[in-house]
Amino acid sequence: MGAVTEFLERLGGRATGAIHRLGFASRFLLLTLQNSGMCLRRFSLVTREIYFTGVLSLIIILVSGLFVGMVLGLQGYDTLERYGSSSALGVLVALSLVRELGPVVAGLLFASRAGSAITAEIGLMKATEQLAAMEMMAVDPIGRVIAPRFWAGVISMPLLAAMFSAMGVFGGYLVGVRLIGVDEGSFWSQMQAAVDFREDILNGVIKSLVFGIAVSWIAVFEGYDAPPTAEGVSGATTRTVVTSSLSILALDFMLTAFMFRGA
Amino acid sequence: MPTIAATDNLVEVENVNFAYDSRQILKGVNLNIRRGQVVAIMGLSGCGKTTLLRLIGGALRPTQGEVRVGGKAVSRLNHDELFALRRRMGMLFQFGALFTDMSCYDNVAFQMREHTDLPEALIDDLVLMKLQAVGLRGAHDLMPSELSGGMARRVALARTTALDPMLIMYDEPFAGLDPVSMGVIGQLIRRLNDSLGATSIIVTHDVAEALELVDYVYFMSDGVIVTHGIPDELRASDKPFVHQFVHGETDGPMPFHYPAEDYARDLDARQA
Repeated sequence: MGAVTEFLERLGGRATGAIHRLGFASRFLLLTLQNSGMCLRRFSLVTREIYFTGVLSLIIILVSGLFVGMVLGLQGYDTLERYGSSSALGVLVALSLVRELGPVVAGLLFASRAGSAITAEIGLMKATEQLAAMEMMAVDPIGRVIAPRFWAGVISMPLLAAMFSAMGVFGGYLVGVRLIGVDEGSFWSQMQAAVDFREDILNGVIKSLVFGIAVSWIAVFEGYDAPPTAEGVSGATTRTVVTSSLSILALDFMLTAFMFRGA
Repeated sequence: MPTIAATDNLVEVENVNFAYDSRQILKGVNLNIRRGQVVAIMGLSGCGKTTLLRLIGGALRPTQGEVRVGGKAVSRLNHDELFALRRRMGMLFQFGALFTDMSCYDNVAFQMREHTDLPEALIDDLVLMKLQAVGLRGAHDLMPSELSGGMARRVALARTTALDPMLIMYDEPFAGLDPVSMGVIGQLIRRLNDSLGATSIIVTHDVAEALELVDYVYFMSDGVIVTHGIPDELRASDKPFVHQFVHGETDGPMPFHYPAEDYARDLDARQA
């Protein structure tokens, strides 16, 4: 009996703890948005962070996009061939990328490359009292440090996802057309005919924007909330990657359910 | 203690209590800091000195009592008023807390760029002057990671005084420095205070260094002010606590052991 009560108590404690943290994170997001005025007026603060989160993530995004596209080319051809419709390879590659793989894989890579870096940086700034020092200098760290990083992530993510998809399409072309020998004309023309701007591309962009908001929010919050110790910062970095990856996959399911109901 | 006219005090701490959750840190602290003086708050690690600085800077609110800076109760200021007050205060953190993503130059220029509309050419002159005052003009384009501990502390000092504050607070300015750097920092604290016409509060446990340079000393232990006076009075003091502290003796009223059960009984109990 005692063990059961203890189990229930622990379960309840976990649940209220998680809800409390979610509420805290939501208030933090609200505060970040309220204090965004300065960094949006002084946009150079954001561009600097876009360089660190976006531009420096380019290599991993482009190379991964290329490989994912090449694999799609191989796998897609193998399957389509059986039904004699290998000329639709371009459609398959493009739709998989702009609807799903572009936003999701780019989001996952972004979380582990840029999200973890943001968390570690903010966590260390807190641990070394840089945020406290800034506050003592009458400069609000949320407006000066947190908000620029948040907006940089939100802006970078859709761009990275778009570049991932473009690179993927190119990879599919390399394998499908150049290597296997699918007809180049039908590869591109079928793709052009089947990919709808609003239905496919715009929905993909919306997805990547949502993932960008989620990852940036989690990354800045975990960094700001990290206990000011070495273990605290390393734990927060891990949590950023785990939580944002799971959020991306869960959000992707929800968004897909709304966007593509087969209607 | 000589009676001081109220207007002479820049900082007044009146019967301040402070607790983190249930742990009582400050228990009724009273002290006054006179304008223009360099005042040390001394005591063992963990006696509440840094907490006191944070209360004066408005980073924490007292659970009871009042902290006044320039006649204004810090805990009753709203966000904008507090930030306006902080523009006139500087705080040197224990390890400098320089912004690691900016060069020394940008660190010193930070507050000027955030709080003033000065043209970049003027900021340039001011930054070099501030760095010159701490002897590090030549290091202006180094990053904080390239500086030694003493140099980082000096750059932080230049940053702290960037807007010529009326009150400068130092949190353990001597911690972890070699004797030469310690002397340099001590001299700088005195010189900057006098040339800026500022008031300084130094929180430290480095007795010898601090007694050399300050005008007045408060001794804290376990959350209360146990004694205060000018350095010579404290050197000559025969209070056991002060004597032990000033002379760094291991034997005295301050316990070496963290409170524990009887030693022999504890060992027996663990073997059983």
